[in-house]
Amino acid sequence: MPELDPAFLNLPLPMLADAALTRATELGCDHADVRVERLLDSYRTFHDLHLEASTDYETLGICVRVVHSGVWGFAAGIELTPDAAADLVDRAVATAKVSRPLTPGTIVLSAEPTYPNASWVSSYEINPFDVDDSEKQGRILDLCDRLLSAPGVSHTSAVLWSVQENKYFANLAGTRTTQQRVRLQPQITAVSVGDFGFATMRTIAPPAGRGWEYLIGTGHDFDAEIAQLPEQLAEHVAAPSIEPGAYDLVIDASNLFLTIHESIGHATELDRALGYESAYAGTSFATFDQLDTLHYGSPVMNVTGDRVVDHGLSTIGYDDEGVAAQQFDIIRDGTLVGYQLNREMAAAKGLGRSNGCAFADSPGSIPMQRMPNVSLQPDPAGPSTEELISAVDQGIYIVGDKSWSIDMQRYNFQFTGQRFFRIENGKLAGQVKDVAYQATTTDFWRSLEAVGNPSTYLLGGAFNCGKGQPGQVAPVSHGCPAALFRGVNVLNTQAEGSAS
Amino acid sequence: MTAARLVEQALSIATLPCVVIVKERTEANLRWANNALTTNGEVRRRTMTVTATAPVDGGRSSGSVTRQVAGPDVVPSIVAAAEQIARSGPAAEDAMPLVSGDAAIGWQDEPQTTSIDILAGLANQLGDAFSRARSQQELLFGYAEHSVTTTYLGVSTGLRRRGVQPTGRLEFNAKTADLSSSAWVGVATRDFTDVDVALRHAELTSRLGWARNKISLAPGRYETLLPPGAVADLMIYLHWTAGARDAEEGQNAFSAGDGKTKIGQRFSELPITVRSDPYFPRLECLPFVESLATGQNVSLAFDGGLDVIGVDWISNGVLNELVRNRGQAARTGLEPTPPADNLIMEGGGTASLDDMIARTERGLLLTCLWYIREVDPERLLLTGLTRDGVYLIEQGEIVGAVNNFRFNESPIELLGRLTEVGAGEQTQCREWSDFVNRTVMPPVRVPDFNMSTVSQAS
Repeated sequence: MPELDPAFLNLPLPMLADAALTRATELGCDHADVRVERLLDSYRTFHDLHLEASTDYETLGICVRVVHSGVWGFAAGIELTPDAAADLVDRAVATAKVSRPLTPGTIVLSAEPTYPNASWVSSYEINPFDVDDSEKQGRILDLCDRLLSAPGVSHTSAVLWSVQENKYFANLAGTRTTQQRVRLQPQITAVSVGDFGFATMRTIAPPAGRGWEYLIGTGHDFDAEIAQLPEQLAEHVAAPSIEPGAYDLVIDASNLFLTIHESIGHATELDRALGYESAYAGTSFATFDQLDTLHYGSPVMNVTGDRVVDHGLSTIGYDDEGVAAQQFDIIRDGTLVGYQLNREMAAAKGLGRSNGCAFADSPGSIPMQRMPNVSLQPDPAGPSTEELISAVDQGIYIVGDKSWSIDMQRYNFQFTGQRFFRIENGKLAGQVKDVAYQATTTDFWRSLEAVGNPSTYLLGGAFNCGKGQPGQVAPVSHGCPAALFRGVNVLNTQAEGSAS
Repeated sequence: MTAARLVEQALSIATLPCVVIVKERTEANLRWANNALTTNGEVRRRTMTVTATAPVDGGRSSGSVTRQVAGPDVVPSIVAAAEQIARSGPAAEDAMPLVSGDAAIGWQDEPQTTSIDILAGLANQLGDAFSRARSQQELLFGYAEHSVTTTYLGVSTGLRRRGVQPTGRLEFNAKTADLSSSAWVGVATRDFTDVDVALRHAELTSRLGWARNKISLAPGRYETLLPPGAVADLMIYLHWTAGARDAEEGQNAFSAGDGKTKIGQRFSELPITVRSDPYFPRLECLPFVESLATGQNVSLAFDGGLDVIGVDWISNGVLNELVRNRGQAARTGLEPTPPADNLIMEGGGTASLDDMIARTERGLLLTCLWYIREVDPERLLLTGLTRDGVYLIEQGEIVGAVNNFRFNESPIELLGRLTEVGAGEQTQCREWSDFVNRTVMPPVRVPDFNMSTVSQAS
């Protein structure tokens, strides 16, 4: 069972919190919370068998958020002394005063029980920061070497990104939490260069809330994936170009997770639905007045939000407003029934308790409503992937994510993938290429005919979901089964742009 | 301890050749939505990056560690960690001796800073704008940010450099109360003294007025005017992918195959120049390499402190240069061409966007492009959406707002199809505004911009 990092626990955490919260009381703050955070990022990139970049980042700092005279104020710094912590409160109150003319209402937060001395550590076996660097790089380079030795592979590129995140939180209400998460993102790409130009194919192993064990056999078989990649890339290079048109799609979980992220995850963020992101990330077609009525998808569509699933990238014990992690319904039997919340929005919209979706990506960042693990539920008695494919006469089976884009209200999206297989009369008939599928979110999810059984389920995800100004990134996972969609518009990407 | 002394402390401890960078950054911001403030903040950071280089089997490796640094106590641990990483890595193919030189005059000067006070005047103007918006049944959204970063760089060869980079931007969005129409303007600034909120609000209100007449158009190819901000988003992405090594290896859109690049190939019949210049007036940026990596898959781990000079990436319509570090330059016998933190496009035109609208018989005017992502790296085919106002021009006049579209286009191929390039002006891009703030771009005319499908977003 992993334990909290002593190096973080040795910081004067309670002393800093006491100093800041005492000052907040003196200045008459209605609310105050303090976060001390340490973020370790280890980033290694390789080109063929050479090092490209080898960079470690440590972000350590403290921030204070207050509600003063009904207005938010925030300040952050790096000096971890009681005096500096108290000074941050003064600066946060100063920002609140500058902001007073711009704030017509009064900030109110939803109620939450207090957690006076809680701690939480994510589920992993081997902390990657405890593994010798040469061992980690050696493992990646060995996988690259095997790829480069295979026919048709001209180059490789590889990334190994490891993160350890420690958060200490305290607020005036009495909550004090100490937490630690570990996550890993290994990614290897094979490149084929020839008379045809060049083509790439990347591993589809998702980033995971796991430790070093992930690369050596737990949770994914990298050796098997690398062994198959050259042949898959060669078939891709030789594959015919797709004829554009409407196709039935069987979408593997390794691709569908990203479509869920963009068309459901972001669309059901209440801050977007309320317009807070209008000028940047955008809004949502799933407006608040449609809660409990919006026909989002077909009746087999059931989507949950959670911050509790093992190895989920958004999983945590308590959010950055001191709210305990939960699981909740977002879409039930195809109907929108819930949003992702923070305490301010939960109170403003009369929704009771927050469901714990506040997150800040660093001690210099303001907590905002960020995505939990948003997951499409499998059908316990549903079909296998082969059975989904067998239900299609003319279609495409899509594996792995690649390019993605969606509009600012989450209507119109376009996705590509790593591999596309033609389906003919219920059977796979070789790869095709130049495929992009384009749809409007509700049309797409209403065309969902079947979801696969739990054997088709995968927890995909990303480290770098962007949102907010100043920009923040958040790690998030999405579980989903393979699924069958009918009559989706497919483009030939070679026919786009200048080619007409 | 001052930043310069922290650099000297790290260099004095180091047992390997290394580059030490301390950055003092202060930042203030305001964000608003629905005619009210949503968040604000003032952040101070001081980070130290030590990049050590070490001999390893087959060459030299590098290791870099970046941490917040409140005082001298943590410096030895940063140096030690960087050296440990450098010793444990494989050889880097771009390894070179570190950049040499002397201490620049004034390199130990105190850092410059900013604070929330620089936005106080803007906040007052915004308060007035919110009142006006309520009376006009408009909703205002947006973001203002100002930062000042002072960079101190020292190399174990003796080179010392310092630079100050102020960066500011206003992003301002207005919507009608029913959310059916949206307009946006972006302003890049160094100090907010040149930002007039009332003027920009009036511009937004005018655009919302254009949108009272709503017109539905089908997907297809349209003559389209791209304003400078939209051009910036496309050209920035083109520049980010313009790495020399990948081109020579056949791995990007600038490859000509057989180990050759497209340098010397004509991209446009128009006299288009795309360049960077750290001394370009109002777009001044640091004239030396202070970042380890670029977006072009180019590692600058061994190039810290290297002079960044002005480079014409495209000159008179012809591809002239690609981004190249010293390692790649040495392998190919060419000059290193590290990128600057600005981008300028010029095409010899003098027309304003208004002039170009007046000369348009029938076409579309975009406001900005959004969610731009790469679809096909071989052609640099990009997809994305129009956003916050697509307007129909007929007989030289804007006659209404049309629906949004998804586009699929390659900026390289677009350069070859442009029929007009207007006068360059300083602009704030939309999609990449978190990363790029210093651009001069022209409006351009595309005779057949590919609007692939309709987006219902408004």
